[in-house]
Amino acid sequence: MKQTISVLVENQAGVLNRITSLFSRRAFNIDSLAVGVTDDPTLSRITIIVDNGNSVVEQVEKQLNKLVEVIKVRTLDENSLIGRELMIIKVSANKSSREHIMTICSICGAKVADISPTSMTLELSDTPDRVSTFEDMMRPFNILEVARTGVIALQKGGGKI
Amino acid sequence: MKKPLDTRRKLYTMCILVEDVPGVLSQVSRLFSRKGYNIESIVSGATDKPGIARISIELIGDELMIDQIAAQCRKLLPVKAVKILDEETCIRREIALIKVSCADRVSRDEIIQLVNIFRAKVIDVAKNALTIWVFGSQSKNAALIEMLEDFGILEIAKTGTIAIERGCNTIYDESKLKEEYEYGKNVL
Amino acid sequence: MKIRATAAIMECLLEQEVDTIFGYPGGTILNLYDELYRYQDRIRHVLTAHEQGAAHAADGYARSTGRVGVCFATSGPGATNLTTGIATAHLDSSPVVFITCNVGESLLGKDSFQEVDTTGIAMPITKATYLVRDPQTIPDVMRQAFAVAATGRPGPVLIDFLKNVTAPDVMIDYEFVPWNQNRACSSIQALASSHALKAPEPDQGDIDTLVDMIAQSERPLLICGGGVVRGKADQVFRKFAEKLDAPVAITVMGGGGFPGSHPLTTGMIGMHGSQASNVACAECDLLIAVGCRFSDRVALDPATFASQAKVVQIDIDRAEIDKNVLTDHHIIGSAKRVLTLLNEKMPQYDHTAWKEHILPMRAPSVAEDSPKLTPQQVLEVIRLQAPHDTIVATDVGQHQMWSIKYLHFDYPGQLLTSGGFGTMGFGLGAAIGAQMGNPDKRVVHVTGDGCFRMNCHELCTVEHYGLPIITVIFNNGTLGMVRQWQSLIYGKRYSETTLDRGPDFVKLAEAYGLKGFRVTDRAEMETAFAQALACGSGAVIDCVLDIDEMVRPMVAAGSPITDFLLKEGSK
Repeated sequence: MKQTISVLVENQAGVLNRITSLFSRRAFNIDSLAVGVTDDPTLSRITIIVDNGNSVVEQVEKQLNKLVEVIKVRTLDENSLIGRELMIIKVSANKSSREHIMTICSICGAKVADISPTSMTLELSDTPDRVSTFEDMMRPFNILEVARTGVIALQKGGGKI
Repeated sequence: MKKPLDTRRKLYTMCILVEDVPGVLSQVSRLFSRKGYNIESIVSGATDKPGIARISIELIGDELMIDQIAAQCRKLLPVKAVKILDEETCIRREIALIKVSCADRVSRDEIIQLVNIFRAKVIDVAKNALTIWVFGSQSKNAALIEMLEDFGILEIAKTGTIAIERGCNTIYDESKLKEEYEYGKNVL
Repeated sequence: MKIRATAAIMECLLEQEVDTIFGYPGGTILNLYDELYRYQDRIRHVLTAHEQGAAHAADGYARSTGRVGVCFATSGPGATNLTTGIATAHLDSSPVVFITCNVGESLLGKDSFQEVDTTGIAMPITKATYLVRDPQTIPDVMRQAFAVAATGRPGPVLIDFLKNVTAPDVMIDYEFVPWNQNRACSSIQALASSHALKAPEPDQGDIDTLVDMIAQSERPLLICGGGVVRGKADQVFRKFAEKLDAPVAITVMGGGGFPGSHPLTTGMIGMHGSQASNVACAECDLLIAVGCRFSDRVALDPATFASQAKVVQIDIDRAEIDKNVLTDHHIIGSAKRVLTLLNEKMPQYDHTAWKEHILPMRAPSVAEDSPKLTPQQVLEVIRLQAPHDTIVATDVGQHQMWSIKYLHFDYPGQLLTSGGFGTMGFGLGAAIGAQMGNPDKRVVHVTGDGCFRMNCHELCTVEHYGLPIITVIFNNGTLGMVRQWQSLIYGKRYSETTLDRGPDFVKLAEAYGLKGFRVTDRAEMETAFAQALACGSGAVIDCVLDIDEMVRPMVAAGSPITDFLLKEGSK
């Protein structure tokens, strides 16, 4: 099962290393990870998605709480969270395929960010599922390069970390 | 010839393609903490190739510092490619989810108006809070966040920036530099 | 064919033609040692007194034989005791495969008994680490680990097996494939496709550029770095130096890459570099460094280093280019291949005027007479009495610098020293490894009294395996190098460097069942060393030296390379 862990940390060198080594120590892999500063510039929020058993995640959550630089940890369950992901994708495009690509973009709500005679760069932000669907749709056009952010998530409703 | 180095400190984005194995993020992030550099943001996400993740790291520094870290990074076994992008040559995007408190209907309307101006979206509504989803360049998102501060921000989650080079060049492009790095890594 | 997982590990070692392992058993690695018991006729295990000694021994074995060293240790403290040894191998690019075992999967990450994040700890000090959780991957991981350790820029690799992976009832599919064929195994293939594994060919354009630069140079200087030693490029390097007809400075790690008695040698370069090397570095117009990373002990002040010269770096590791000193040109490739190509394209040069300017600055290499024993006398006795191909292992400090200055090293692997990490206590372990790997050669361990105390318990290993290693202690009753800094820079405030304490090293040697000698002048040294050479067992010679002997010359850290704090030969 995929789990989303939100961690609020002090924004300083080495914090990320300490956190990621907690996962690698137990030999499990991180599906995605996103770090961004929050409204307070001294704090960062790290969103980690892992695909692992419950007990392991609980263990890591406890260990995370012990780190001096960690301010808050929260595991979000799938039903109560709002998750979004961003993707930038570069595909081969020529005169004949460009229109076709544009049609798919408008259906999926993607935007064209850059264009060259042989390629198009598209951007899309949506739920992870829909981002993956769009990526699949682009596959026949020969994908040159993809960058995805991984998911960020907030809890539904008025509650906060 | 001693190559001229750009000594100005500016924002760079380092894109790294890695094999998705346990510990690879630690290996990469260690290179920054070892030298005591703090990074502006880091993102690790999937690519179109299974088993390959793309890590995007934003940091402020001069060219020499960035080159040295990139050099160390290229030496790691799970690292397949590294590309350094600067602000002028790439498209950079991030998303933010912002939970903002709204005490009454008036402030809710005001927030929704702002959201429309910024082409953001409201994706969850509660009695006393709205969750807003905005995506675009970092400066645009920052501007919206600043506007929303008046209403009381409850929490924010941001992705950090991902970047891709303009035009048809990609991270996979072969170059002499890439060749050179492969010598030290594994030569049979 | 199905075989036990532990047997597969042993078979994989045999695939790599491993016949000697250094190590120390313990709880989690019991299964592996149980299997080793069945393989004892094919794989010799050397039991040391401490895991650190085992790590240094595997390192010394690798450096002196050019093969991959192998070291076993258990989880927790066993693994952490290895770390100094791993880091030493890492800094000096020595190919060693460290094999540790960790607790079982169910206990992992729970602060279990003797559990530690071994791969996490080893990550910054290895070329690669592997945590093996699936027994089926054993052959692939082992093959890849040896390939990674030995190829490219060599270095240490750590494999951590979970205990459940090595359980006696775990069976896996395995087929014996000799190492030169298993380079095609699936995991190495995967590595190959993603990293374009290949026999590299240096860039022809880069070679031509250097040939042109050489043609325009009037005062070229060559630096022989550790890459020449590790790449076994000594023959082609010598040919290159003779064709270029230029002075050759040697770094600490480069010892053995170029004959120490060759007429073009200017000796060591850097902090304790000779006058000839350092002045040549400051005055040359072309500096060609082969397999040298310009560490802060060579390029003390990067801003003024070789300021009149175009700097050219030849290295296998692209990350070393422009790291410490900004270069004008570089060639990527193995030293052997690059120099061979250069030799083909380059004509014979004659730089007589430049040589006549630099080479006479070399200090005379004969020890002065003195009623008291001097370091140079000790080393001269060793040089004259020991066979020509004697392997010398040193520790770190004054005795290390004196050894490199006054002994001559003629082939790669003859000098074993911890250059990058500066590990005190490295020498005895390394000497044990070297003697195990080179039973026909004489091994001399040169050490100081401070260093020797750190790992002298390995004398039991010397005795047990009947190794004829001669340990020569430069006993000046102080941490000499630190005292030298205190004398010159810290106003003679000798804070905690005086070692006015036991043990009596002669009695210590005897307690371990070895021969012990104490010498106070040259004649005694000559007799003792001759007896030690003849006695057939290990021996310890305690050389009593003056407390204020200094390594000359010396340049302070961070200073321009010709700003000598101490001059050559002056008292």
